[in-house]
Amino acid sequence: MEVESGAFVEKARAALDDATLQHALKHIKHGFVEARANAAARLPDFEAMRDRARDVKAHTIAHLADYLEQFEANVTARGGKVHWARDAREARAIIHGICRAAGARTVTKSKSMVTEEIELNPYLEEHSIEPIETDLGEYIIQLRGEKPSHIIAPVIHLSKDQVADTFHEHHGRHGFHTRLTERSGMVREARSILRQRFVKADVGITGANFLVAETGSAVVVTNEGNADLTASLPDTHIVVTGIEKLVPTLDDCHLMLRLLPRSATGQDITAYVSFFTGPKRTDDLSGPSSFHVVLLDNGRSDMMGTEFEEMLRCIRCGACLNHCPVYSNIGGHAYGSVYPGPMGAVLTPSLAGIDKAGHLPNASSFCGRCEAVCPVRIPLPKLMRHWREREFERHLSPSGTRWGLRAWSMIAASPRLYRSMQWTASRFLRLIASNGWIRRLPLAGAGWTGERDMHAPAGNSFQHQWRKRGGRR
Amino acid sequence: MQTKPEAALFVTCLADLMRPEVGFASASLIEAAGFDVVVPRGQSCCGQPNYNSGDRRAARSMARRTIELLEPYEYVVVPSGSCAAMIKVHYPLLFDEADALFGKAQALAGKTEELTVFLERHGYTPDAAPAAVRVAYHDSCSGLRELGIRHQPRALLKRSPSLELLELAEPEVCCGFGGTFCVKYPDISGRMAENKTADIAATGAGIVAMGDVGCLLNIEGKLRREGRDIRACHVAELLAGMLERPDGR
Ligand code: SF4
Repeated sequence: MEVESGAFVEKARAALDDATLQHALKHIKHGFVEARANAAARLPDFEAMRDRARDVKAHTIAHLADYLEQFEANVTARGGKVHWARDAREARAIIHGICRAAGARTVTKSKSMVTEEIELNPYLEEHSIEPIETDLGEYIIQLRGEKPSHIIAPVIHLSKDQVADTFHEHHGRHGFHTRLTERSGMVREARSILRQRFVKADVGITGANFLVAETGSAVVVTNEGNADLTASLPDTHIVVTGIEKLVPTLDDCHLMLRLLPRSATGQDITAYVSFFTGPKRTDDLSGPSSFHVVLLDNGRSDMMGTEFEEMLRCIRCGACLNHCPVYSNIGGHAYGSVYPGPMGAVLTPSLAGIDKAGHLPNASSFCGRCEAVCPVRIPLPKLMRHWREREFERHLSPSGTRWGLRAWSMIAASPRLYRSMQWTASRFLRLIASNGWIRRLPLAGAGWTGERDMHAPAGNSFQHQWRKRGGRR
Repeated sequence: MQTKPEAALFVTCLADLMRPEVGFASASLIEAAGFDVVVPRGQSCCGQPNYNSGDRRAARSMARRTIELLEPYEYVVVPSGSCAAMIKVHYPLLFDEADALFGKAQALAGKTEELTVFLERHGYTPDAAPAAVRVAYHDSCSGLRELGIRHQPRALLKRSPSLELLELAEPEVCCGFGGTFCVKYPDISGRMAENKTADIAATGAGIVAMGDVGCLLNIEGKLRREGRDIRACHVAELLAGMLERPDGR
């Protein structure tokens, strides 16, 4: 998994200055945050369901090996095949092998973050197989050569105008020469192009929102129905997903299906909920004749038994992104990682290594809103703090920060040092203040005064004044 | 004559160093609620900056110091949601259950209260009603989400007959302070503060009150940089009628 978090600060700055992006990001508030709040309020049982969902996922992760075995047995019994991929390279090779056996030239894909994680599209292209994204958002960024900026709304960073330009630029070769600007017309145009691709595809690749151990089903939710066409029209269906997507039973799956759309888009249910269980049976009218499930580990099993195990409960609803004040101000691309926002800040270092993730777990004010909305109650700030601890232990945090923290803990431990620091600092602040206010501070303080003024304390510390006034100590 | 119970004021390093007025305002409110105020000698920082930056070892030793300092008192009051949450929620997580300090941390967690929670629980009624003002209340993230502080400060403010309490459109959104976050990521933090001051201004309030000196310094500094004519204060300063300052802010 490619991670480019090094330029986070610069990319975030650029994102804050990008008026088009800022306008597009405003959609998060109404489209997601308010929609989720309304959906949760409509369902009195919502909070109790979150507790149950947390417990179901925690139980599943604790017994993952057993449920994976049960899942594989059920897929096999229904005529499908499960493939185990330790890492991205293995997953790509397995998928390539299946495509080659099917003589595939084009592959339709429904939206899947795991295929982003394993960088499947460039790999298929290198091997002369054309991947076609069929989720409208994914289709748009594929045309633009971009990466998704949100795990459920990949084009949240784009304006309608930008999409109109993209369609105008790319749809000419399909005979569409007018630049459409009206939403439904644009959708109709994309759909008519995608319909032809659906019919011609040799292999369909989907992700999975859930895997059901007791039936061997892969469950996919969409609002466009594109997963159904991806899975049913070609002769081969490949499901690619992470091992943590498992739930034990259909009942458990229904619980998750009630929480996922409400947390994600505020919908009670998505337009399509599809259960894919094995290949076409003899009396089925349609469906693929071969059904494969590629289960990706890629660092997930290493999280088990560590403080990061809780992250394996994640159902990729995106609520933590939508409610994050950092994400909602800078968008997803600044993170330089497939998984952005709070969930990415925890997951990316687990999958790619903390040495590559640098800023990700640090760029958070720990406001805790992500944890407050996470449907499976993952304590995201706590897990980010654990990553900061790992960075600190391994001396990966900047030396200035380390020095400052050490100095501060020494000052705090010694009343004499604390007093003299206060004395010096307050005199310095008053010296550089005008009318009691400071507009520019040196060193780390520059970060403060770059954005806001600072009021210089008028007198001595509270404790000093309290003592002078004879207060009880 | 019955002696009053004693309450220890843990003033927090930010208030101590940057906003001593908050210490005095808190002390006078705690007294008005019927307690004798003690300011335990030698108090400093609760350890949050170290804890949140991954320096767990230093955080633990700072916690140990605070735990021992506050051990003798029956009531501990903190005029900050985030420092109170550090003590109540995070201190016990810093020690092994086998460690003697774990029990002490739990005991301290149990008796520590954030100021508005303390005042509300002890039935404090403001006597120095502030002048007729329109006040917006800003929730600090830790207080709100880690300690569930929401109605207490509002209830206290509403008891002042002349005070009109106004709600922000997005009360659950962070102001961008976040401890070291605001100096490590100034651009993002600055934008968050900007969104917050715009939300405050939209209420039409003349004063924005809050329960954390961190948020206060951030929001006050942003309001001032933007040249907005809105005053920021700690809720204690407002309740204690201490808003008039010699520098005329
Ligand atoms: S961490 Fe929680 S809120 Fe974030 S995507 Fe995963 S399930 Fe959703």
